[in-house]
Amino acid sequence: MNTAVQSGDAQQSWYQRNRFAITPWLFLAPAIFFFTLYVIAPIFQSIWISFFEWDGLGEKKWVGMGNYVELMDDDRFYTSLKNNIWWLVLYMLAVPVGLAIALFLNQTVTGIRIYKSLFFFPFVISQVVVGLIFTWFYNPDFGIVGIVWEFFGAKPPAILADENLVTFGIIFAGLWPQIAYCMILYLTGLNNVSPDQIEAARLDNAKGFGMLWHVILPQLRPATFIAVVVTVIGALRSFDMIAIMTGGGPYGSSNVLAYFMFETSLSEYGFRMGYGSAIATVLFLIMLVYISYFLWRMYQDEKGA
Amino acid sequence: MFKPFVRTAAAVLAAAVLSAPASARDLVINYDDLNAAPKEAFETAVEAFKAANPDINVIVNNTDREAHKTAIRNFLSADAPDVTSWYPGNRMAPFVDAGQFEDISDLWESEGWADAMASTMPSMTRDGKQWGVPYTYYQWGIYYRSDIFAENNITPPTTWDELLAASAALKEAGVTPFTIGTKFLWTAAGVFDYLNLRTNGFDVHNDLTAGKIKYTDPRIVQVFENWKQLVEPGYFIENHATMSWQDALAPFINGEAAMYVMGNFAVAPMRDGGLTDDQIDYIPFPTINPDVARAEEAPTDAFFIPANAKNKEDAREFLKFVVQPDVQTEWNKTLGQLPINKNATPGDDKFIQKGFETVSTASALAQFYDRDAPAEMAKAGMEGFQEFMIKPERMMSILERLDKIQERVYK
Amino acid sequence: MFPKPIETRGSGAVLRYQLILPIALIIWLLPLIAIFLTSIRPGSDINAGNVFGWPSDFLLLENYKAVFTESKAWLYLKNSFRITIPTVIISVALSCLAGYALSVYRFRAALPLFFIFVAGNFVPFQILMVPVRDFSVQTGLYDTITGLVLFHAAFQTGFCTLFMRNFIKALPHELIESARIEGVGEFKIFFYLVLPLVRPAIAALSVLIFTFIWNDFFWATVLIQGDHGLPITAGVRSLNGQFVSQWHLVSAASLLAAVPPVLMFFIMQKHFIAGLTLGASKG
Repeated sequence: MNTAVQSGDAQQSWYQRNRFAITPWLFLAPAIFFFTLYVIAPIFQSIWISFFEWDGLGEKKWVGMGNYVELMDDDRFYTSLKNNIWWLVLYMLAVPVGLAIALFLNQTVTGIRIYKSLFFFPFVISQVVVGLIFTWFYNPDFGIVGIVWEFFGAKPPAILADENLVTFGIIFAGLWPQIAYCMILYLTGLNNVSPDQIEAARLDNAKGFGMLWHVILPQLRPATFIAVVVTVIGALRSFDMIAIMTGGGPYGSSNVLAYFMFETSLSEYGFRMGYGSAIATVLFLIMLVYISYFLWRMYQDEKGA
Repeated sequence: MFKPFVRTAAAVLAAAVLSAPASARDLVINYDDLNAAPKEAFETAVEAFKAANPDINVIVNNTDREAHKTAIRNFLSADAPDVTSWYPGNRMAPFVDAGQFEDISDLWESEGWADAMASTMPSMTRDGKQWGVPYTYYQWGIYYRSDIFAENNITPPTTWDELLAASAALKEAGVTPFTIGTKFLWTAAGVFDYLNLRTNGFDVHNDLTAGKIKYTDPRIVQVFENWKQLVEPGYFIENHATMSWQDALAPFINGEAAMYVMGNFAVAPMRDGGLTDDQIDYIPFPTINPDVARAEEAPTDAFFIPANAKNKEDAREFLKFVVQPDVQTEWNKTLGQLPINKNATPGDDKFIQKGFETVSTASALAQFYDRDAPAEMAKAGMEGFQEFMIKPERMMSILERLDKIQERVYK
Repeated sequence: MFPKPIETRGSGAVLRYQLILPIALIIWLLPLIAIFLTSIRPGSDINAGNVFGWPSDFLLLENYKAVFTESKAWLYLKNSFRITIPTVIISVALSCLAGYALSVYRFRAALPLFFIFVAGNFVPFQILMVPVRDFSVQTGLYDTITGLVLFHAAFQTGFCTLFMRNFIKALPHELIESARIEGVGEFKIFFYLVLPLVRPAIAALSVLIFTFIWNDFFWATVLIQGDHGLPITAGVRSLNGQFVSQWHLVSAASLLAAVPPVLMFFIMQKHFIAGLTLGASKG
């Protein structure tokens, strides 16, 4: 064995000698190539385009910070930003509600497995479909909301036509699949909670909410972390539901940055790629805060590992 | 396990990359109406064209109108069809300016279209050249439930005061005067345009959409003041912001609402919904200021040849075909609209007859707010109209906001 | 186990729990149940306000048949498969390679590279939209399924690499070491030793990516124009424009769009959940 390796040494080719330095790059090359082409480079291109006035057809015209200056004076931008904040805040409800459902389902009675998968259903369905379902739900004339309201003798609200309700209506619809997602994360997390610690805590007379707060939740931290991360990203990516349910309406009051950007740069009523890129850049910077936090957490873990 | 994996991957990729090669005589037409009548009219015409040109392989892509409006921008540069439907006036301007439509002035010249389609020639002209051929237009106005009017002893209004009186009487009788669905915004622009055309006339409409008049101009404010007289007493149906124009047909068909400011294309679905011609009728929008000459909205639909088309020769054949009087007669009969070619015969349908009467005697024809104004202004303006219809008390702040946007868009 | 197993509270509690479960489930899935009921009733029911009641007539086959015959639903479904399957294959293949490199080899760029993949996976789509669309237009990939697949595959490579790298990192490193000592080449180690071991990860990733891509709407809207390439999600939206006020048909089409990922989830449930929660259990 030893001799074989040694005799090999003498005839080792350049590749053989450097294989540990080169092979990883060979393995990585296709992924890096595609990822750079379609993800990394476009980020910088977008930021660059945001300094131009461009309709996507003709010449780009340099306007410096012009697009950003205009953005600061654009009511639609503030409406979208405000709605994005509502999304971020209210979408977070998915985390505790998901936990509650997970706790409710974390039993071993017969058939529970099938219940768990059925509860997870909404997450698997496209947001387009969820959006369509709820659009119809909210229809005051023949939707569920209309029927329920009328059952109680009240006049049904036109949720998607009311500037004060519309965003909450869409968020509520969006929460449905997101709760399912958080639930499944917590169900798996609960599986991994150490039974010994629970037993020990029970001996100490811990139970109910106290037990949950002091013993279980700390152990669920990884699940909570992922749940928060995916929820934040989901909130900032909210696009499909808005496109389907309202198109940002009525009169722009349910817009969010993601949809506003699309509408500005690629819809019937606007082909302002530069201005759109400026909006995208702002959205990216907001997201960057979370991405940095996530990476920092990962880095801590890597160092620890 | 990896080898079959790779092989499948390669096979799937190859299948995705290879698409059928186009034959030389393929003629790709992008059309934008999936509604039953227009779809049928278009398909019938295409069949007739195929029969007349058996060696041309016609490929049709028919999409939803709203989707088409977004798509055209992309397919013109990326994957141009040989013929596409689009709209004249300001809507065609950006593509003409970007060199994406083919100049067909020679056809207008050689085929004598300048005479046959004189009424719409100005809207097809930009920079002194013609860029497409119109095949249909239609009247706008008030469609109303004549049976409900009769039941309540209301005579069709011809003046603003009569309209307000009729609305009040309907409201009294428990019928909402107007149905409308503003989810996609443009329906509100129809109402605005008529109020503007009747209050101020065609020139103000043109100057406003051309950015020469401010929205806070007293004349425009007056339009909104008039509009308020319909909005504030609740003469428009509630929840209109959640409805498309088709959704808004339901209350009209059920008899919950009695009038609809709409284009003639609404007649077909009204009939499909079970209404007979004894129940529906048409009147031109009533007079507001008697000193203003009557102008009408008559949006025109047209066909264009993209500059990047591959088969321009056959595309021109198709355009010539579309202009033929008999083709336009037939097409518009199915469509329930008015032919452009003056040698074509309008159908004998009562709405067509009335529309023809209305349009041909008008002092001027407007396209539509969102076709005459630049896209960005149109979007902001129509959002403003929608907001106004829900929150009329915000009138001035809406108009001031529109001024701000106007200043930037037309700079 | 937390909360306390319900059995410990006596059979009454178990019974009560088993009674509440289906009720809770029905409330939770109410939207789906409503849409299913709608999809099998005649359109006239909805206009008459009969939305939650018993359908006046069962038109399961008729309505679904109508969706297929009166629209291009079939084409949209086919397109969805033509987009989804190649994307899954390419992104999983790329990330197996990349994940292996990032977990097994120690080199200075490994961690930064890994973080770039992770970060890229989280960026908002809008920051990529304009350049990706422009690039596709210029290369002729615009409005082609190939173009959409290439983008999806590239973007999903971020998430897949994160996943694969963590999975391979958790494998016993000694196996690889001993193979090296035996003089097995690096590529052979990857193909014959590592790949068989990561099969569960490949399965998990495949189901996940399948679901993600199947449900994509944004990129299909941005990169595809015509019916020839639109997936079912975007198709359902255009059907919504076509079947205005025909909620029974829109519902049927929507449910059709949901069937493949739901089936996928049921068949591959174990892998699916493993995929979603790998990050969670690892932290």
